[in-house]
Amino acid sequence: MVCAGTGCVSAKCFKIKEALERELKKHDLCEEVQIVMTGCNGFCAQGPIMVVQPEGIFYNMLKEEDIPHLVAEHFLKGRPVKKLMFTPPQEKAPVPLMKDIGFFSKQSLLILRNRGLIDPENIDEYIARNGYAAFSKAVTSMAPDEVIAEIRNSGLRGRGGAGFPTAKKWEHCRHAPGEPKYIICNADEGDPGCFQDRSILEGDPHSVIEGMLIGAYAIGSRHGYIYVRNEYPLAIKRFSTALSQARQYGLLGDDVLGTKFSFDISISRGAGAFVCGESSALMASIEGKIGEPRYKHIHATEKGLWDKPTVLNNVKTWASVPSIIRHGAEWFAKIGTETSKGTMVFSLVGKIKNTGLIEVPMGISLREIIYDIGEGLIGDRKFKAVQTGGPSGGCLPESCLDLPVDYESLTEAGSMMGSGGMIVLDEDNCMVDVARYFLDFLKGESCGKCTACRDGIEAMYECLNDICEGKGKEKDIEMLEELAGAVKDASLCGLGASAPNPVLSTIRYFRDEYDAHIRDKKCPAGVCKALIQYSIDAEKCTGCTLCAKKCPSEAITGERKAKHAIDLEKCIKCGVCREVCKFKAVVVN
Amino acid sequence: MQKLKPEDLGKISERMKGVVNLRDGAYCAKITVHMGTCGIAAGARKVMTALLAVVAEKGNKDVLVTTSGCAGLCGREPMATVELRGEAPVKYGNLDEAKIKEIFDQHVLGKKIVTEYAIGIGSERVS
Repeated sequence: MVCAGTGCVSAKCFKIKEALERELKKHDLCEEVQIVMTGCNGFCAQGPIMVVQPEGIFYNMLKEEDIPHLVAEHFLKGRPVKKLMFTPPQEKAPVPLMKDIGFFSKQSLLILRNRGLIDPENIDEYIARNGYAAFSKAVTSMAPDEVIAEIRNSGLRGRGGAGFPTAKKWEHCRHAPGEPKYIICNADEGDPGCFQDRSILEGDPHSVIEGMLIGAYAIGSRHGYIYVRNEYPLAIKRFSTALSQARQYGLLGDDVLGTKFSFDISISRGAGAFVCGESSALMASIEGKIGEPRYKHIHATEKGLWDKPTVLNNVKTWASVPSIIRHGAEWFAKIGTETSKGTMVFSLVGKIKNTGLIEVPMGISLREIIYDIGEGLIGDRKFKAVQTGGPSGGCLPESCLDLPVDYESLTEAGSMMGSGGMIVLDEDNCMVDVARYFLDFLKGESCGKCTACRDGIEAMYECLNDICEGKGKEKDIEMLEELAGAVKDASLCGLGASAPNPVLSTIRYFRDEYDAHIRDKKCPAGVCKALIQYSIDAEKCTGCTLCAKKCPSEAITGERKAKHAIDLEKCIKCGVCREVCKFKAVVVN
Repeated sequence: MQKLKPEDLGKISERMKGVVNLRDGAYCAKITVHMGTCGIAAGARKVMTALLAVVAEKGNKDVLVTTSGCAGLCGREPMATVELRGEAPVKYGNLDEAKIKEIFDQHVLGKKIVTEYAIGIGSERVS
C-alpha cells in the first residue's frame, strides 16, 4: 500500500509506484503482490510511505533507487529491509506534554478557564480572553427573562454545597415584591483544607464580577456584596483592584457599557466564623449583626439582606455564569451527568501525591480524581478513605471509589459535594480520630443559638474522645447514632444538620475500627495515644542513637551500636522516634 | 478613563493580542510567575525578584515578565511558565532563585528547555 496523499505525491510517490511495478514484473511477482494507492497516512513528514500487508511493515522516506533492492529482498526472499523501515526516534521527549500528564489531562477548565494565563490585576488581559463579552451579550441582546431561561436550561446548580438550581433562585427573586434587590457572592470559605474560592478570587477576580453583573441584570439588582474572609488578604486586594478597574471602564457604576443598567459591588469582610458561610448568618453579618442563622420559612429570595429580596451564590457559581451565556445552555448541559451539569472545582489535599486545585466534569469517578489526577497516595501507602464536602461531609471508603462525583451520588453514600474539599486519608489515619477532629472543629464553630447543635455536637465529641482514650463502652456507637439523628433533625441551619456526617459515615464504613477501640482497646492505625505503645524492634535497630537524641522526654536508652529500648513510664507517645528512625525499627503496638 | 461601550471590548482584545498571544506582539518570550497564595507561601516573591534582577542585568527588552494566579499544582509551587515565540509554553515547578536564573539563561536566552525542573510542555484544555 503506497500512500498517495498530497504530501507523498509531492515527495514523488508515483515514481515509487512505477519502480515497484517494474521490479515486480522483472521478478514475475505481479500475480502475488498487489499495489494499492491509499489516501493520506498522516505521517507526511516521513513520506513517501509504503506499508506491506499482511505483515504491516512500514517503510518510510523511500527513494526510487531503493526499490530494486527492496523488491528482491522483501518480496522475493521474504526478508524485510530493516534500514528502510521506520524506526521511532530513540530519544523520547524528556519533558512530558501537558496532555500526557495525568494531573492536567483529566481536568476540564471552565470556571478556571483563565488559570495561570492572565494577570489578575490587569482587566485588559481578562478582556483579551473574551472577558465581559458574555455580559455585553446579555445586556445588549437578551431580556432578563431570557438570561434566566438560559441558566435554567443549562442546569446550573449552586456550587456552594447544597446544589439548589441557580435559575430558580434568580427567578424567585426577580418576581419577589420589594426594592431594592440584592445579590451576594459567598466567599466565606471556612472548610479546613479548602482553597478553591480563594484561588479563583486571586487568579481571576473579573470572572466573578462578570457573573455577578449578569445575575444582577437578570434579577434587576443595582447592588451586590461579596462576603469574603478577612484571612484572605491577597484575594481581597486583587478583588478590590478588579473592582476599581471595572469602575474605571464603566463596567460597574451607573449606565454600564452605555446602557440603562446600573450596578456596583461592595466588599464585606468576614471575621472568620465558619457559621457565616451559612446564608442567613452571612446576611446578618453584612447587616452588622451577630452572625447567627435564622429560621428560613421565608426564603432569602423574598426577604434576605435588610429584609429585601436577595440572591446569594457561591464564588464558583458566579464564575460559571459567563461561560454559559457566552457558549449557550446546550453547550454547558453537555458536560456532566443527568442531574449535575458542568464542572466542579475541588481542593485535592491530604496524603496525595499531587496536592492542588482541580476542575473536573461532574460524573468523573473518585478513583480517577485520586489515582489519575492525584497520581495516588504519598509513599504508595494504602488508601483508606476520602473525605469530601468539608468538615461536615463524610468519609468514603475504597468501595465507593467508583462512584460518579455528582450531588446525588455523594449524598446517597453519606457524604456531600459541599464546597469542594477533598481530603485523602491513608492507612495511618485512624477514622475515629478523624471524626473526632472534625467534631472538635464544628464544636468550636457552632454559634450556640440552638441547643441541638450546641450541646449535641459537644456530646458527640465527648463520646468520640472517650472512645479514642480507651474509655469507650458498649452501646457508645448506638448512642452516637441516636445523638446524630437528633442533631440532624433539630438543628436550625446546615451546620448542625450536616455536623453528624463525619460520625455517621465513619460508623457506616469503618465500624470495625470503632469496635477495635471500644472492645479490644486497640487503635488499628496506631494513632490514638491512650491505646498504643511504642517499642523498638531489636532485629532492626542498628544503635545509631538518633531516636535517643531526639526523644523529648529522654525515654530511650541504649549505647552506641547497641540495641535501644523505650522506657514506657517516661514515653509521652509523641512519635518522634518513629519519624526519625531510618531503619523502621520503632514499631507501634 | 473613558467609559467603555460594548464595541470597545473587541478593541481592547485586539490591542492586548501582543501580550496574550506572543506571535502577535513585539515580545519574543513571556515568563509568568504564578503568584497565588500557595505560590507566594512557597517563595514565589523571591523567584520573581531574582527573575526581574536577571532580566534587568542582561538588559532584555523583548522579554515580558508577568504574574498570574495559582497554576493548580499547588504541591509543586513556586511555579513559572516560560513561553518562547512560536513554541509551546513550558511549566516549571519547585523553583528557587538559582533555578529561575538558570532557566532564564538556558531556556529564554539559550532556547533549551531545562528538563530537570520542567513539569510539562503545552497548555491545559479549556472548555
